[in-house]
Amino acid sequence: MLNDFLNQVGPSTVGGLASGAIYALIALGYTMVYGVLRLINFAHSEIFMIGSFAALFVILQIGVTGPLTGLALVGTLLLLMLVAMAASGGAAVVLERVAYRPLRRHGASRLAALISAIGASIFLQEFFALVVIPEVFDRPSQGRLQVPVPRLLERDSLFTIGNTEIRNDHVIIIVSAVVMMILLDVFVNRTRIGRGIRATSQDPETATLMGVNIDKIIRTTFLVGGAMAGVAALLYAMEFENLRYNVGFLLGVKAFTAAVLGGIGNLRGALLGGLALGLIENWGAIFFGSEWKDVIAFSVLVLVLLFRPTGILGESLQRARA
Amino acid sequence: MNANSNIHSGNPFTAFRRTVGGFSDAVRDWWAGAPGWARWTVYGLLILLAIIAPSDFIGSFMSPHSHWPSLLFSPIGTFVLLAVGLNVVVGQAGLLDLGFVAFYAIGAYTMAIFGTKYGWNFWGVLVVGIFMTAISGIVLGSPTLRLRGDYLAIVTLGFGEIVRITAQNTDYIGGARGITNIPHPPSLFGVEFALDPLPYYYLLLAAIVLVVIFAKRLERSRVGRAWEAIREDEDAAELMGVPTFKFKLLAFFVGAMIGGLTGVIWASKVIAIQPPNFPFILSATILAAVVLGGSGNLPGVIIGAFLVAWLPERFRGFADYRILIFGAALVLMMALRPEGLLPARRRRSVAGNSSEPDGTQSGGTRSSGTGSDGMAEEVAK
Repeated sequence: MLNDFLNQVGPSTVGGLASGAIYALIALGYTMVYGVLRLINFAHSEIFMIGSFAALFVILQIGVTGPLTGLALVGTLLLLMLVAMAASGGAAVVLERVAYRPLRRHGASRLAALISAIGASIFLQEFFALVVIPEVFDRPSQGRLQVPVPRLLERDSLFTIGNTEIRNDHVIIIVSAVVMMILLDVFVNRTRIGRGIRATSQDPETATLMGVNIDKIIRTTFLVGGAMAGVAALLYAMEFENLRYNVGFLLGVKAFTAAVLGGIGNLRGALLGGLALGLIENWGAIFFGSEWKDVIAFSVLVLVLLFRPTGILGESLQRARA
Repeated sequence: MNANSNIHSGNPFTAFRRTVGGFSDAVRDWWAGAPGWARWTVYGLLILLAIIAPSDFIGSFMSPHSHWPSLLFSPIGTFVLLAVGLNVVVGQAGLLDLGFVAFYAIGAYTMAIFGTKYGWNFWGVLVVGIFMTAISGIVLGSPTLRLRGDYLAIVTLGFGEIVRITAQNTDYIGGARGITNIPHPPSLFGVEFALDPLPYYYLLLAAIVLVVIFAKRLERSRVGRAWEAIREDEDAAELMGVPTFKFKLLAFFVGAMIGGLTGVIWASKVIAIQPPNFPFILSATILAAVVLGGSGNLPGVIIGAFLVAWLPERFRGFADYRILIFGAALVLMMALRPEGLLPARRRRSVAGNSSEPDGTQSGGTRSSGTGSDGMAEEVAK
């Protein structure tokens, strides 16, 4: 048992960090929206899904057939990243306008907002299964099946540490996630809009009195959170090469777990929580088998909430930094 | 948020909201003031209606596309019972549970395991099943009920998924293939339980009536008042000496029992169950039924569950699009009348107890031109 573990711990760690980086990017959307509005944006998983299909659409349009190399690879990935960010960010803004703002105007309860988000989530999933995948992706009556993504990147071992290969795809994922996190951190902590976001999450009413345009701040928050999900969507499509109309659900729940794990409302916590969740999940899978991965993730969530409900970084909700 | 909640008078939906709201609130207020005999007449008529409901005459209008008595059993009957159970947790105690399907699954699996592996009789399993789910409610509740609001929601969601995935990965209970050949209940009063859905429908109806009476009595008891206090303001309730943790656990306990009961009855009808029968979307649908009907108000919840179960079946003409329409309808409904069709009479909404004391999101300024009845206490009726 222990020997097994020692043999597999290296690869599991790298794989765990890579999936953790994807969780972290999605978790940002949850954590930012939670910070500003104090609600779980349940449809965020569909924002992710839309980004992944937007990326796939462009891949098919420009006709990528085989793995790319060199400048072509970098250029394509950057283009796809912009497309996915735009699609997810745009979808998030529309979502906010359609599903949340009317409720906010009425001062409706949080439960109502959650139901509205669940409704939007169901709608978007079904819309993709029934309309977009059969029509746009030309897969009639296969809307609920997996959609393969052409291979963009040949997996290649860059170097080895001990018995662990470090693969290029994992490096790309982790590096892009960290870069995006740093950019976001700068945005939130150094810019004027970022200051508005922080003010709103601390105290919306005082922020309004101080001249913050809350509607604009909320829109921006959805846009930025959505764009981060878009980056995650591209990385996911590149790594796992299979999409589905409900691809977002499980990832969404896990990303939320990651956000809670790191301390919801806390941007750096989201990164930490995502990476930690990826690692725990993959290490646990060595002991229990990979079919128990999801159970491990959810159990972690329960345990964290029991013993440290404010998450690893432990900021209280109202003082959340995002 | 609050700051701009008063500038929506130009909203085209507002007039519609007022109309619908005014009507259903009027119904509710009449009901609240109705004398005893009128209420009993209505109860009697409703039960009579439920008894004659499976007739062909009603069926030909209600569901031209599929077998009406089958629909009445599942999804309609099961949804109603599940919604009544979830209403105890969400509507009465104000605990947001997104994993209610777990209790339904545990009930169904109890029936399947005891029925196939140990050859137990339905009635025996019914007792054991309710007991097992009640225990599982305690097991889930005792660690998690210290959490509040959204955290609780997401933990219960996780619990629902854990139950489903565990069922899928455990070979002893059939793994992904599930369990088949679940025995039917033995005959009762000379009525055979076999493939015909009618006897099951009446069995379920009896269960619904009993559970509704039970829930109604509970609502008006000391327990019900404690739940209401917790729902409206947990901190204040605690300060007033309500042992909040104990009562929240009790809400989970009761809700779980009702969910388990539904699962046992359902499994004894369908013969075969599989893990994918218990997806998250089912929890969400039941929650939607509760909120749509008017969280905390039993008649509203029953109507909500009926509509959520029936409408997609009625419009099978749209075939695949019904779930899509359901999703859109939820969004629209929450925009038009977030408090549900027949909301409970109370000062503030369920989630108005929002966990943070600052409660900025949940807003005290509910712009209800509808029946916000000042200091009126609903339990007094």
